[in-house]
Amino acid sequence: MSDAVAWFADVGIADRPTVGGKGGSLGELTQAGIAVPPGFVVTTSAFEGFLEALEAREPVRTKVEALDPHDLGAATRLSEQLRARVMNEPMPGHVESAIMQAMRELCADGQPVAVRSSATTEDAEDASFAGLQDTFLWVLTPEDMALKVRECWGSLYSVESMTYRRKQDFPESGVAMAVVVQRMVDAMCAGVMFTRSPTTGDKSVITIEGAWGLGSAVVSGEVTPDRWVVGKITGDISVRDISDKHAKQVPAPGGGIVEVELEGADRTTPCLTDEQLLALREVGRKVERHYGKPQDIEWALDKAGDVLLLQSRPETVWSVKDAAAKPIADPTANPLAHVMNIFGGRK
Amino acid sequence: MSDAPKGFPLPSSLKVVPGTEAAQAAYPYYTQFVPEDDERFWFYNSMHFPEPMHHFDMITAEAAYCALGAFNTRVHVLPTAKGIDHRIINGRVYIGGVAVTDPDEIAERVGEFQQRAFYYYENWETLYDQWKVKMKALIADAQALPVPTLPDYEPLETTHTGKGIAANHDLLKIYQQQVEGYHRMWHHHFEFLLLGYGAYMTFFDFCKKAFPEISDQAISRMVAGMEAEIFRPDEEVKRLARRAVELGVDAHFIDNADIDTVLADLDKVGSGGKEWLAELETSRNPWFNVSSGDGFYHYHRSWNDDLSMPFAALPGYIEKIKAGTNIERPTAQLIEEREALVADYRELLDTDEDKATYDQLIGLAHRVFPYVEGHKFYCEHWYTNLFFNKIREFGRLLLKHGFFGPDGVEEDVFHLTQFELESAIIDLMLAWSIGIDGRGPTYWPPIVAQRKAAIAEWALHDTPPALGNVPDAIDDPAINMLWGITRENLDKWLDDGSENDKELKGFAACSGVVEGTARIVKSVQEIGRLQQGDILVCQVTNPTWSPIFQKISAAVSDIGGSMSHMAIVAREYGLPAVVGTGKATSRIKDGQRIRVDGGRGVVTILDDEPVSEQPVLEEA
Repeated sequence: MSDAVAWFADVGIADRPTVGGKGGSLGELTQAGIAVPPGFVVTTSAFEGFLEALEAREPVRTKVEALDPHDLGAATRLSEQLRARVMNEPMPGHVESAIMQAMRELCADGQPVAVRSSATTEDAEDASFAGLQDTFLWVLTPEDMALKVRECWGSLYSVESMTYRRKQDFPESGVAMAVVVQRMVDAMCAGVMFTRSPTTGDKSVITIEGAWGLGSAVVSGEVTPDRWVVGKITGDISVRDISDKHAKQVPAPGGGIVEVELEGADRTTPCLTDEQLLALREVGRKVERHYGKPQDIEWALDKAGDVLLLQSRPETVWSVKDAAAKPIADPTANPLAHVMNIFGGRK
Repeated sequence: MSDAPKGFPLPSSLKVVPGTEAAQAAYPYYTQFVPEDDERFWFYNSMHFPEPMHHFDMITAEAAYCALGAFNTRVHVLPTAKGIDHRIINGRVYIGGVAVTDPDEIAERVGEFQQRAFYYYENWETLYDQWKVKMKALIADAQALPVPTLPDYEPLETTHTGKGIAANHDLLKIYQQQVEGYHRMWHHHFEFLLLGYGAYMTFFDFCKKAFPEISDQAISRMVAGMEAEIFRPDEEVKRLARRAVELGVDAHFIDNADIDTVLADLDKVGSGGKEWLAELETSRNPWFNVSSGDGFYHYHRSWNDDLSMPFAALPGYIEKIKAGTNIERPTAQLIEEREALVADYRELLDTDEDKATYDQLIGLAHRVFPYVEGHKFYCEHWYTNLFFNKIREFGRLLLKHGFFGPDGVEEDVFHLTQFELESAIIDLMLAWSIGIDGRGPTYWPPIVAQRKAAIAEWALHDTPPALGNVPDAIDDPAINMLWGITRENLDKWLDDGSENDKELKGFAACSGVVEGTARIVKSVQEIGRLQQGDILVCQVTNPTWSPIFQKISAAVSDIGGSMSHMAIVAREYGLPAVVGTGKATSRIKDGQRIRVDGGRGVVTILDDEPVSEQPVLEEA
């Protein structure tokens, strides 16, 4: 098989340069025995091969490097031009046949896939770099999948992405993109999970948000999700905010997704049971333990109610604050000095 | 209106219920509200005194606050708080703290406190061992006090030994020794208590800073002891259930059986029955000296006085044993779980400094906690019950001498204040010595009747949870720790009902969500009304109620914090519980369907009938 394709089971987080952060993380999770929908990564080497063909016809990288990030008109024109070229350039034959063959293996039963970009650099995980249009759900055929891979590649040349790189003075030679192709979960419900509190940074709780249908509704903010706070260690459910979930996103018959309005009890019924919350907590703890730090996780429950992880990345906001944090109480040799916090009068 | 200033009624606005003025006036002068009391903040001590007080029972408040105040103000010298003041109106005890606010005085008290309290912490185990010896000796002394009697003639030996003292003198001596012993017990009670709670609160505070969203119950579970005396009575009931099965006499134990008949039958059915009765005796001494209430009222009888509680629990335990269900308290597992909890939270701390502090504080909390959990059995249960039973002996003597009239009962003695009782005893001493009838038989019966009526009347009236303007902060560690009262939950009390009259909030004591039928149980006499699966709604419980926890599906209380005994026992049983709701017993109606969310501390009334049908008597 070509080096254009790497299966999840064969990659880990250390392979980020070739499979990207998302691909590496899904591989790492797979190897750690955590349930993720199976899939493969279209590696950066596939992208490099494609870009080479593109550059051979007309320069790409030098044009981006020459861009003035403050000239929005120029950036827009360049973006339109480069994205059109990405869509029109034929994919190198060995890449195209390798990825289409991989999808046939992955979906022998004809099941659909999700196609998601997987950027290779740390700061590339910033949404302003990767853009938001890099995930394609419910892709039905290998041909369509190949097209979506191409679109992911094209997203590297979005206005936001290019101007961001220019502002950071990021060398274009280091810019590459891997693409994750993963069996699609027809989720009963889905959402996100932080293995610490997003509001207080408390590491002893897990915050879970979820809504009916595909997770895209939660991630994009289309639906206000139900929200729970679960004790990481105790499993106690201390917060239950059940929202009015007016709609859900589900697979469209011809591929892609469609939003369906919800009626009646579906809107206000919690999308997770206590047992399911505790199952999610278990998975969250396992992932956190694997990485040794709090995680920001996307999850889905399939129609059988089994938990599958779609993504896990390190939590960033509070971990920065942690580094600067002072001790909770000034250390003292005599524990009794602490007792004065109670008896000595509070501030 | 959320921005209107909020406060509770002033003490002066609280009126004595018409017709009960004389009964109110009979409480000691120093417990009556005076106009200056409007300047201070008071709250109803419904945790310890949820029902109108019999006049004699006020001795519990008085002795407890004498001792608590002495230790806070002058023995351990708490820097920011002195003692607890108390008042009574309409049979309800209100208490108020005395804060120290002058920075110089606080600084001086800090110095004193550190010399004193730190000594206790440093020598905790030795001093606590010594405490148990002291406490058991005190119990033995009280048990040894003779039953007061007045013979027609002194025994000859009084003369022949040249004793020189007659029996009537012993009455005064015994009574004064009883009162002295009770006060002494309360001093022992507070010798360690605040320091114990303080060490626990220090760990609690640290955890709340390290883990802002940690539940109170998680912290409590990390600290909870496993061997506390207070679990023992329930263990004994389980043991008796097991023995009943082993001895083949289990068929005698059925729901709502007449206990005397069961005991008599067991005595007749051969060696198995007799052997079980012997086992019962073993359990009774000392473990059934546990009060069915919280031990603060004379009518909170012990299991030894009234076997209803253990006998209500036996059939359930027996059924479970026969079904092969394990009813043993899994101590080893509980210890393992506790250690895992402590280790797992420790692992979440970022730095070695924090881990070191955590180790120090959990270590201190574990050291002091056996006292916090264990003292109640000796003090509130065993001694208090013994004391009231000793007072009953005077009740019996006065009854015999006609002091409570032809229709009186020995319990009438508790309608006299401790000072009135002493005067009645002296009246009797005089009458016996003079050789005439005392004045008591005509003097006391109408007074007792009047007070009975007053207590019955007072019980019909709700009373405000607090009086006066809410202070900006409640910095009194005693009030925070013993009553769980903070500025935040006072605000909650003030808000109560204004937002959602179907929902009550309290402390999340033990997680889990349960829906079921609410059973309002106002006293231990009503526990027979509980059906399998009911949700217990009560003012306050204590661990002696634990045998019925096997029967219920959830528990709700008006009063209590995450370390209250209901919370501790609920966690042992994994029973969803919300404590400290303030008004569950008045807001929820018996038989209503309710939902208890013990993880969030929320109780929801599910039935649609308007809650306002409930008579609302408070005018606040």
